[in-house]
Amino acid sequence: MEDKKTTPTEKTTLLFVNKEKEPLFSKKNRKLLSDPMDDNNPITVQVLGICSALAITVQLKPAVVMSISVMAVMAASNVIISLLRNLIPNRIRIIVQLVVVASMVILVDQILRAYAYDVSKELSIFIGLIITNCIVMGRLEAFALGNGVWKSFLDGIGNAAGYGVILIIVAFFRELFGSGKLFGFQVIPDAVYELGYVNNGLMLLSPMALITVGILIWIQRSRNRTLIEKN
Amino acid sequence: MEAYLNLFVKSIFIENMIFAYFLGMCSYLAVSKTVKTAVGLGLAVIFVLAITVPINFLLDTYLLRPGALSWLSTEYADLDLSFLSFIMFIAVIASMVQLVEMIVEKFAPALYGALGIFLPLIAVNCAILGGSLFMQQKDFSGVAESAVYGLGSGIGWLLAILAIAAIREKITYSNVPAPLRGLGITFIITGLMALGFMSFMGIKL
Repeated sequence: MEDKKTTPTEKTTLLFVNKEKEPLFSKKNRKLLSDPMDDNNPITVQVLGICSALAITVQLKPAVVMSISVMAVMAASNVIISLLRNLIPNRIRIIVQLVVVASMVILVDQILRAYAYDVSKELSIFIGLIITNCIVMGRLEAFALGNGVWKSFLDGIGNAAGYGVILIIVAFFRELFGSGKLFGFQVIPDAVYELGYVNNGLMLLSPMALITVGILIWIQRSRNRTLIEKN
Repeated sequence: MEAYLNLFVKSIFIENMIFAYFLGMCSYLAVSKTVKTAVGLGLAVIFVLAITVPINFLLDTYLLRPGALSWLSTEYADLDLSFLSFIMFIAVIASMVQLVEMIVEKFAPALYGALGIFLPLIAVNCAILGGSLFMQQKDFSGVAESAVYGLGSGIGWLLAILAIAAIREKITYSNVPAPLRGLGITFIITGLMALGFMSFMGIKL
């Protein structure tokens, strides 16, 4: 498998000796994809990548675009760092990681500008901030530096999906209650407005993003009691 | 002078990094358990923001902006290097953090001991890169203006982390519902504080 090519030293080959016969979607690998969705969610459990998560959740469309961009950046940079992991000197690894991530983000930014200019205007500086999104750096440090290419790829996709799920849930509620629309289409019928229903303008402001995430964490932890913190 | 003061107050309260743009939330949540460490990190952020924003401003004006290279020769006048700005800014920030770390270690060992691990962590704090990217969007007229903006945003960040750290120290004594403890209640408190900070929006400067 791909692991073999990228492990020149003896020590690391030993580590991966059992992995060769593993099928591409073994149980362990599927767990890498599904874990970040719930038990090990990057936002609500690992507390990574909140910086850019909240500001762009006013509407669904930028949230979806952002999730896809983060997924592309994470998968690509995880794969690159994992390929280079035996070549990078330990002392300068942060700089190397930053350079790899920054180049990926530049690519995504230029592509968005070329093909989805409106959304890229709306996301403004937050595409650039994927570079310092702790989720990318955190997974590079914690996973890609010590694991094979295919696993790192899955880990990148899984974590980005876990991040995207939270983003999309928050954006769904904020757009639905804040402007009565989903993806820019009106979903709350006019008849309801005629009865005196008014959009909740507070949902569009930044404080409600924080409170919505707080409530999501509350719901998740009351379903999954093992995640509760001590104080 | 008045313009600088306006910008300063605006960047601290109205465009607060945390409450208005959620920048630097990761370290804000991770390092706000005690007031002492929170102040250490806050001071380091002010320091680095006040240095990197003006440096990146110079870089943007004389190197990256469309037509910025015209001071070199007229044939470079229509070059546009702005697609390089992410990588240049992050390189400046990472190297400045390293430099600041070495200077502080040499000349103020006490401060270095107090800041400890926070200094290197600042390189990946979104508030720092965010400051530079906002600076690029705002089209400041001079270095002084961008320095004031960097300093103000840093102070705003310190205020926010100081307030949440003090609240979290007290909240350990309260009976919070178990699933909300820790992260959940911190989010909700930050939301309420952000609501409070929104009242500054009405101020006309």
